[in-house]
Amino acid sequence: MNKFKLAMAALIGAAMTSGVQARDQIEIVGSSTVFPFATAVAEQFGRTSKFKTPVIESTGSGGGMKLFCAGIGLEHPDVTNASRRIKEKEFKKCQANGIDLTEIVIGFDGIVLANAKGAPQLELTRQQIYLATAKMVPDPNRPCQSNWCEPVKNPYQKWSDIDASLPNAKIEILGPPPTSGTRDAFQELAMSKGANAFPHMKKLKKSDKKMWKKLTRTVREDGAWIDAGENDNLMVSKLAANPKAVGVFGYSFLDQNSDKIKGAIVEGIQPTFENIAEGKYRISRSLYFYIKHAHVGTVPGILEYVAEFTSEKAFGEDGYLLDKGLIPLPSSERQKYRKDGKNLTKLAM
Amino acid sequence: MTDYSDPDFRAARLKKRYQAEKRFRAYGMAAIITAGLILVFLLGSIIYSSLPAFSHHQVRLDINISEDYVVADAPEEGNYLGLVRAALRDHFPQVTGRRDKRALYKILSIGASDAVEDRVKNDPRLIGTQISLYVPLSDDIDLMLKGLIDRNLPESDRIVSDRDLAFVDKLAEENRIERKFAFALFTNGDSREPEMAGIKGALAGSLWTLLVTLIVSFPLGVLAAIYLEEVAPKNRFTALIEVNINNLAAVPSIVYGLLGLAVFINFFHLPRSAPLVGGLVLALMTLPRIIIPTRAAFAAIPPSIREAALGVGASRTQVIMHHVLPLAMPGILTGTIIGLAQAAGETAPLLMIGMMAFIVDVPTEVTAKATVLPAQIYMWANNPERAFVARTSAGIVVLLTLLLVVNAAAIYFRRRFEKRW
Repeated sequence: MNKFKLAMAALIGAAMTSGVQARDQIEIVGSSTVFPFATAVAEQFGRTSKFKTPVIESTGSGGGMKLFCAGIGLEHPDVTNASRRIKEKEFKKCQANGIDLTEIVIGFDGIVLANAKGAPQLELTRQQIYLATAKMVPDPNRPCQSNWCEPVKNPYQKWSDIDASLPNAKIEILGPPPTSGTRDAFQELAMSKGANAFPHMKKLKKSDKKMWKKLTRTVREDGAWIDAGENDNLMVSKLAANPKAVGVFGYSFLDQNSDKIKGAIVEGIQPTFENIAEGKYRISRSLYFYIKHAHVGTVPGILEYVAEFTSEKAFGEDGYLLDKGLIPLPSSERQKYRKDGKNLTKLAM
Repeated sequence: MTDYSDPDFRAARLKKRYQAEKRFRAYGMAAIITAGLILVFLLGSIIYSSLPAFSHHQVRLDINISEDYVVADAPEEGNYLGLVRAALRDHFPQVTGRRDKRALYKILSIGASDAVEDRVKNDPRLIGTQISLYVPLSDDIDLMLKGLIDRNLPESDRIVSDRDLAFVDKLAEENRIERKFAFALFTNGDSREPEMAGIKGALAGSLWTLLVTLIVSFPLGVLAAIYLEEVAPKNRFTALIEVNINNLAAVPSIVYGLLGLAVFINFFHLPRSAPLVGGLVLALMTLPRIIIPTRAAFAAIPPSIREAALGVGASRTQVIMHHVLPLAMPGILTGTIIGLAQAAGETAPLLMIGMMAFIVDVPTEVTAKATVLPAQIYMWANNPERAFVARTSAGIVVLLTLLLVVNAAAIYFRRRFEKRW
């Protein structure tokens, strides 16, 4: 019984002291898309510096911002990763809590549509992607009248229904679930942009943005789009087994599985490393992280971590993040963000 | 009218009853066989896909521990990666350009220098000598050597380039490449390189978490059960408590995670991602799962034992502590261990309190940052590198083994303490 009492006392003691203990380890939260890159940098940083390896939680971009902007103090994270820019609302919340931050763009991530290696090569435009994935589309059987096309429930069941040049196969798209940042980006960069190829949609964006968002970003629910969960490896094996299915995921999974799947050509551009880096491939987004100024100097190693992340051997043209599937920024921008990280340039919105 | 004395009728009826009996047995057998086949298929597929993770291809290099890279005064500051790379370069004198050298280095794992570093730190006298050592190759090369990447595909369709293939083939011709047991899987913490990623950190995290869970939930659960079953009067109030406990056992585990986030982290300011908080949350979840079997164990003890003890003059406490509790122990232990096994496989509540995180260091105390086995498995499953597929299955095998050990312990204790009367 004595041992038990001791253990309890030790436990309570540990609990009491840990609250006030200084932290010697960087805490990072945020996007699951940036997670593979941030963890690679953190590991390298832990190996090559005298600091401890940072702890990185994958909370999603929104969840990360919430934790990050909650306040200053050792119980709050020092850095947050995001697969989109900080929103004005989030920035205001940060400001209200007295948090100054620096924004670093680390590179690009392409979103690809891919199918099995043996299946026919898809060649799509963003407009066709929109027509294949949206819940409501302009009625193909009714001519548009005075700048308005009546939206109807998506009637397209086969790719060839959209355009005769596309394969005569059922539309079957495995995509990320609504909680995923990849899904947000797909909706914004592929669907909404694709919808804007219709002149009346472009006008609608100006006149009724809410309606426009609803029409262009709602994914169809009739079974042609299947939420395939966050596990992209599983998606790859499903695609390999079913040549009719098309998957939507980040470029790094295409890169790793180039023997099983191939990417669809979008707007005439192959989803290759070079095309995404040069900005030719249109469905791509920037990846970010944000640094909390107040914690620099309190938690050791933050500036050194940022320096490691923004070094040429990490996010440069030949860096180790390339192997992880990150697509680098142009050289001038890399220099800019390296400087921003060094001087902690304050973000203003 | 049925004539029960008719022998023909009786024979036919008997036959029917026998047939019904046989059919019933067949249904039972079919159910068992189906369940067994599903289990065999599940285990078989997991174990089969985990096999590649237990071995790794290594290359034997003759490493000159030159003083250019490491000096005897400060072996911890040596450039060990440089040492290993120089040794590899010796085999390929034709590789000279910066880019070509980088490509050559990529066939080695980033952990290739760890073994040299350990050797030299343990024995600084090695500096200035040459040692022959196996160092791990990179994950892609390893997959290719294991046949998981088809080298006969056109170059654009595989991760391993023709240049890498030529490097590896030359080393293989010199008999320098060997497939070895992957100790890293058991001795390392997490890593972003599949060949360096190990389960030790998550295993330690799981054990710390379960220790906290056990210390908190076992005494609380058993005391609550003793009070409810042996001491408390049976009235509306205790009936209400009973209903609530049964209800709590059915509450989805994520709810406990949200509670833990609100109470332990936001209110008490305990650290995030720590086994302490994880253990407390899982203890809350395990409590009803200990109380219910403990009460059942008490209820199963015949009243004659209590009455006999009371009859010879034992007090209430003595009856419980000397007679009922020891007899109920096997049931209590079984319930506790199964409750803990359930807690060991839980991820959802730990997601909320930050235990789903990339943590390289192996935790050494309850307030250190840690993750747990099922969370580690989930994170590996999400990594894009192909070699993590096998790593994920290997993690599952380790978790299953842990659960098997725990459940075997439950059976052992039950047998050991079981008393019959």
